[in-house]
This record gives sequence, structure tokens and C-alpha cells, in this order.
Amino acid sequence: MRIIYYLVKKELLQIFRNKGMLPIIFVIPIIQLVILSNAADFEIKNLKLYFIDNDHSAFSRLLQSKLEGSQYFMITGSGLGSQNGDAAMQNDLADLVIELPRGFEKKLMREGFDKIQLRINAIDGTKAGLASIYASEVISDYNREIRDRYGASRSLILDHTEGNKIEITYSNWYNPDLNYKTFMVPGILVLLVTMIGAFLSSMNIVREKEIGTIEQINVTPIKKHQFIIGKLFPFWLLGLVELSIGFLIAWLVFEVPFIGNIFLLYGFAALYLLLILGMGLFISTLTQTQQQAMFISWFFLVVFILMSGLFTAIENMPVWAQKVTLFNPIRYFIEVVRMVMLKGSGLFEVRWHILIVLLYAIALNGLAVFRYRKTV
Amino acid sequence: MTNLAIKTENLTKRYGSLEALKGVDLEVPPGFLFGIIGPDGAGKTSLIRTLATLVLPDGGRASVLGHDVVAEYRSIRNKMGYMPGRFSLYQDLSVLENLQLFASIYDTTIEKNYHLIKDIYQQIEPFKHRRAGQLSGGMKQKLALSCALIHEPEILFLDEPTTGVDPVSRNEFWEMLEDLKKKGISILVSTPYMDEAKLCDMVALIQNGTILSVNTPAEIVDSYNTPLYAIKATNKYQLLKDLKSYSYAASVFPFGEYIHYTDQRGLNVVEELKKHLEANNHSGIEVVSIAPTVEDCFMALMDEQV
Repeated sequence: MRIIYYLVKKELLQIFRNKGMLPIIFVIPIIQLVILSNAADFEIKNLKLYFIDNDHSAFSRLLQSKLEGSQYFMITGSGLGSQNGDAAMQNDLADLVIELPRGFEKKLMREGFDKIQLRINAIDGTKAGLASIYASEVISDYNREIRDRYGASRSLILDHTEGNKIEITYSNWYNPDLNYKTFMVPGILVLLVTMIGAFLSSMNIVREKEIGTIEQINVTPIKKHQFIIGKLFPFWLLGLVELSIGFLIAWLVFEVPFIGNIFLLYGFAALYLLLILGMGLFISTLTQTQQQAMFISWFFLVVFILMSGLFTAIENMPVWAQKVTLFNPIRYFIEVVRMVMLKGSGLFEVRWHILIVLLYAIALNGLAVFRYRKTV
Repeated sequence: MTNLAIKTENLTKRYGSLEALKGVDLEVPPGFLFGIIGPDGAGKTSLIRTLATLVLPDGGRASVLGHDVVAEYRSIRNKMGYMPGRFSLYQDLSVLENLQLFASIYDTTIEKNYHLIKDIYQQIEPFKHRRAGQLSGGMKQKLALSCALIHEPEILFLDEPTTGVDPVSRNEFWEMLEDLKKKGISILVSTPYMDEAKLCDMVALIQNGTILSVNTPAEIVDSYNTPLYAIKATNKYQLLKDLKSYSYAASVFPFGEYIHYTDQRGLNVVEELKKHLEANNHSGIEVVSIAPTVEDCFMALMDEQV
């Protein structure tokens, strides 16, 4: 124990003396958390709308004013004829084009229905999906108004949908205002803790190899486990401190609700950090220089981050990719953070996450210890 | 059980296709200041690293203080001090912090073993709060030696401790080793400098992974039985060329400002040499018969090998 205490003390001394690393460890993640959380906003407003009104009637103007009134759309042009709309989309002046046919009002009054056309620029799939949803919302609202005024038999049919006879109402649970920050901040916090843990631990032992100090340690009677605990404990501690700072920012700056039990989250984080540090340790046993360690960690982290479910919902991925994410530790922590913070899940609900991360941590650390031989 | 400090039998070590040690047999009695001398790449570091339990041998056996380097490496690590060729202490920790760290790793304290390192450590104690990375070469070496001694080792392995150190510090260092030997510590030291051989109790000459000879410095000199001449002339380069092409020449080595020369004839050939050189238009000729040094013996031994 005494030896481990001295090794930890030595490690902490070195970390706090490293004038280049200290800001990286504490300041950069905080700045990233603040910036990323504000930037990673999937909400799309002010979609550029080109409105083709071939009817020029009271009805068509009502639809136009409804679209204008919506916070999602910004009418950037209007005119006659399809080709104008196409040109606008071609020149990136419109994200979507809505075209009303000639005689729109008349047909709607006489026959009780008509069709309008919606064309959407789908280069950005997410944006196109949202544009379609927003437009449908506005149009069904318009429909309702027409029916209220002129009788229930009249309805407008969107080109690509059946008549909207069933009304859908939404209620967003766990994040009632659909606030993206509530959703993103806990996830980004997980990423930062992961990155700090993985990079620092993977580069640390390899640094001792690189500058030769591991030789001097290896000739001493220090035991494997003492050396490894002495190495990992400081970073484990740092990771938890980092997480606490992140929680504080999430609470003070972003006002993210914290519904669940904070001790459950800390407990899970402690376990999760063991896994991440084990991964870093394993990488540092495989490499000879800090550069190699950095690149290998970077490679894994990029894959893990992009497949974590933070930026792309895992449910949207192809089935094989969904299976790959089962090996992604970040996925589990992001799920748990969201479940506990936003939903108030308890120990029972996250039991599988705990079990998987525990097994993963044991496997990685076991592998790392097996690979790390004092007699190189 | 053997009471030798070090014993190796047919020890081999290879790195890929490179054979660093080709069956080394070595016996080092306890309490000796034992030198391993050889050029760069001869296998000195491989031998020391194997004995210091840092690398596993590929063949043969080796024991340190009666403990096998493979099976009983842990016992060896408690009883030995090791100073690698490259400064390997923590440069971002201070002198005192480094020393404290190594003391606590061996479960001891600086106070308890202060008497062991006193003579060496006192010289750097005024700088004990300075970072190790900011020390001069000589001071780094003293710190490394202090750290290697703090746990009262019975044997010290020093890998080229004087490489890249100025001559004054080198002398100082060898004096320190002499003092340590008096305290009963066995010392194995490697060096590429042949002039340091005479400071050892016994010397092993190593080349290409093989031990060429093991002897005391005096025995080495005694075993040299051909007359040796130191020759000097104004144009040294021309002199070297002419001597090498001289039909009776046995060996020709530049040695400081002189050239050391042996002759195949084995007689006193001072006059003949002078005549020969004069005939070749040399000026300022000086030819003296001298007693061989350890270095001459090694040059001769290594020459035989090639």
C-alpha cells in the first residue's frame, strides 16, 4: 500500500508539473463542453421555402400566410410555374418548394379536395425529413382551419399522403420542450471524460518507455499490480473530477435537469473509467512511442464517438452497425447518463449496462495486465 | 551453492537475427570491481541487461548472488542496484523526490540508508530541490548512483557510466566506485574506454558477443610478450601509411601523438626502423621501445580475433 501511495503521489506530482498537459486536462474539455453543446444543435429553423401560387386566391394566400407565420419557414421567393421553383432549388435558394395548382380554391370548394405538391432538397437527409414533417404540420393545421370554416367535407390532400383524417398530437416525455441541449450536454460530457481517460492513460506508460524511466522502475522489486494501480488510479481520480466539473457546468450553464440518483451515476462512471483506462493501458502495452499510442487511441475513439448514438441515433443505423455498437463502451455510458439524468432510471433499469461495462472492464484490464510484462 | 557474485554459462541473447551474446561464460568473485570492456555493439549492454533481469536470456544460464536470473529474478532485484547508460530518472521530479521515490519503492527511507550515499549525495544535496532534468551531466550521474544505492544493494550494475562524461568527473566517478567497493559491494561496470581497465580489479574483454579474455590488468600487461615501439614523425598520416606497408610490420595502431608498432622480427629493431623511415623521407623521427599498456594488449587481442 505504501508503495502504491508513493507511486500515485509521484504520478500526480508529474501531472501537475506538466505545464503543457494541465490546461489540456482541465481547460480544454470545459471549453469544448460549452462550445460543442451550443453548436451540436439538430433543430432546424428558417428553412428556405419557395412558394408557387398558380391560383392567387384567398385560400392560397391563407396557406402562404400560415407558412410565413411558422418559425420553421422563411419564404425566400414566390412565383408562377414549376420551373422557377426548380431553378431556386438548383441555385440553393430554396430547401423546399410548395406548388399550388391553378383552380385550387375552386376545386376545394366544389369537389371538397385538391392536391398540392411539395418538393424537398434531400441532399441533407435529416434536414429534408424535418422539412417534410414541419410542412405537413402546417398543412394539416391549415386543413383544420378550412374544415372549421367551410364544413368538414373539405380537405386538402398532400401529394404524397392520404387524407389526414386522424389527427396526431404529441407529448415529449423526459424532455418536454425538445431542448437539444438537455439531450446533448450529458452525451458530450461522456465523450470528454472518455477522451481524457483514454488519451492520458494510453500515453502515460508509453512515455515512460520512450524516455527510458521504465527501465529504472523495472529493476526494482515493484510488483505488476502495484505499478499499474499506481499508474491508473491518478487518471481514474482525474476522470471523476472532470465529470464533476462537467455536471456543474451542465447544471449551472445549461440547466440540464438531474432527475435520477447522482451516486448511481458516479458509481457507473467509476466503473466506466476503469474500462477506458484499461483500454488505454492495453494500447500502451502494444506501442513503443507516444505517437503510436496517440494514433491508435484516436482511431478507436473516432469510431466509438461516431457510433455512440450521440450524433446518429443507433436505431437509424443498419443492423450490422447496430451490432457493432454493442462493442462500443461509449454507447453504454451515454445511454446510462441520459437514462439516469433525464428519466430518473434506477439501479434496476441500468443493471445490464452495469454488467456489460463490468465484464468489458475486467476483460480489457486483464488483457492489458497479461500483455504488460515487466521483463520486456 | 556457489558464492560467486555473478556466474554465467554459455549465455546467449539474440534480437531477431542479431546475436548479441554468443555463449558467454563469466565468473565474477564477490567484492570485486569488475570491468567489461569492449567497443560499441560488442554486447556489453545486453550482458548487463540480462544480468539485471531486464531481458530474458535465450539460452544458457546466469546467476547473480547465487540466484537464477530467470527463476529468482525477484530476489535479485531486491539486492542489486542498476544504473542504465542513459539517464533514466524522472526529469520532472526534483533530486529529493527522485531519491525519496526509489527509497520508498524499496520500502526504506533516505534517513535509514543515508550513510551509504552520504559521500556521493552530499555533493548534490545543495541542489536537492532542483528538477533532475536541470542538473549537469556529472550531477545527474551522482543522483543516479545515489538512487541505485539507496536500498543497500549487494551488487551494482553500471552500464557505461562514464560515456559522455568529462575527464575530471570520470576520475571522480572511479574514486566513488573504489569507495563503494571498500564497503563490500560487488560492482560490474562496462565501459568503452580502455584506459579505465587498469582501475578495475579484473577485466573481461568482450567483442562481437564473445568474451575474449578475463584477467587482472597486471596479468593482461604481463601476457603481452612482444617488444613494443612508440614512433613519431612530423607527417603522422604518411608515417602510418608507410609503417603499415612495411614488410616486417606486425601491428600498427595510432595512439595519441605516437604510433604503436610491433615487429615480426621480435628483436630490438629501433635502428632499423629509424633507417627505414629516413629512407622514406620522414623528418622529426622518434622511435622508443616502451612497456605495453592495457590498451595495447586489447588492441592485440582484438586484432587476433579479426
